[in-house]
Amino acid sequence: MTILIIIAIVVIIAVAWVSIYNSLVKTRMQTKESWSQIDVQLKRRNDLIPNLVETVKGYAKHESGTLEEVTKLRQEVERAATPADKMVASNQLTGVLSGFFARAEAYPDLKANTNFTKLQEELTNTENKIAYSRQLFNSTTALYNTKLQQFPSNIVAGIHHFEPSEFLQVPEAEKEVPTVKF
Amino acid sequence: MLYQQIQSNKRRTIVLLFVFFILVALVGAAVGYLLLNSLETGVVAAIVIGAIYTIIMVSNSTNVVMAMNHGHEIKNADQAPELWHTVEDMAMVAQVPMPRVFIIDDDSPNAFATGNNPEHSAVAATTGLLKIMNRSELEGVIAHEMSHVRNYDIRISTIALALAAAITLLTNIGGNWWFWGSGDRRRNDDRNGGGGLQILLLVFSILMMVLAPLAAAAIQMAISRNREYLADAGSAELTRNPQGLISALRKLGNAQPMKDVDSSSAALYISNPLKNKERLFDTHPPIEERIDRLEKM
Repeated sequence: MTILIIIAIVVIIAVAWVSIYNSLVKTRMQTKESWSQIDVQLKRRNDLIPNLVETVKGYAKHESGTLEEVTKLRQEVERAATPADKMVASNQLTGVLSGFFARAEAYPDLKANTNFTKLQEELTNTENKIAYSRQLFNSTTALYNTKLQQFPSNIVAGIHHFEPSEFLQVPEAEKEVPTVKF
Repeated sequence: MLYQQIQSNKRRTIVLLFVFFILVALVGAAVGYLLLNSLETGVVAAIVIGAIYTIIMVSNSTNVVMAMNHGHEIKNADQAPELWHTVEDMAMVAQVPMPRVFIIDDDSPNAFATGNNPEHSAVAATTGLLKIMNRSELEGVIAHEMSHVRNYDIRISTIALALAAAITLLTNIGGNWWFWGSGDRRRNDDRNGGGGLQILLLVFSILMMVLAPLAAAAIQMAISRNREYLADAGSAELTRNPQGLISALRKLGNAQPMKDVDSSSAALYISNPLKNKERLFDTHPPIEERIDRLEKM
């Protein structure tokens, strides 16, 4: 009888262990997936930028400084080694681009160019997707990190060396509305 | 919280189906009695027709609902970039698959979501909505619809819509036949004797036919009012920007009613497309109240 009880307890613990382990793997996968979502959007924006630079060149002479900065930041995003560095460069790029689009209102020729309006929608879309995938990343990260700390999953996580995932900070500058000068 | 909401929606769907089938049976009994002098035939026929209708309707709900509301589907981003991209964004943060996207040609701004589950869902927006909303307002509206999708509100409201339409159909058919066929019924009166019971049943039948559509409307309201608040809260959670939805709701509140709207679908829309004044039979909570709750978040 006692042997049966011991076997039952062992089986229950084993089943619980396996299911906790699997759920940890699943949530860790979700954080990785949501990071790759951000990465896809960053690549997409980098692909769009050369088009934008080409289109704007002829119309807005005063923006050559901005275009150079955009090109430089684009390369920084591409080269960044860690997710954190990547996001820092990306946030700067977002700031420069949104400032530029605000000023673009002052160039009627540019606004009439269908290629430009299309690019503007594409880039707005990509910027929004970057913001939302970052939000998604942070919520999956929160879920995963909570599991790492909660009992009893913290025991399983500790033994199998699950590392916490790091949150992405929303930059302060991004929350401000870009100033428009004419 | 979300999980509980989904569970409660699934539970309510079953209760709703049950209540509706009782209603259908009662209407069937009333119609059967008036037309055929047979309660049983009416009940059985109504339940069989009701069941077949419900199965067809539910298995093909998106197409039926969209056809009822004159929505036409867009298949790629080029046809309406802003709408398509916003739906994509909101589906991503809500972690549901990309729904089908429809546009309704109407100058009045409005939107709704439908479908059986998040895997088979659809979102529709009117051309008026796309015209007057800016990006963050549109995001607020679409996020509201996406939280209906995520909460399984779409399943229960689509089934309610199908069933309410069925009851309306049955009572309309019954009403017409009774009006035109009442002569036949009177001739057969002496066959079943018992005058008192006869009158009682007749009164009951007429009452049923009057009350059933009201009951159908009441059930639709019961399922839609509270979940509008919940979907508003869900929208704020998805966009992290209640201000977008607040200003969208203000615009929706000031808008003209829709030109050509299917009245049984009214409860699906984000803001009441009929703009009727009666509070008791309102399918939607008042806009001011919704804005108030959003501002407090």
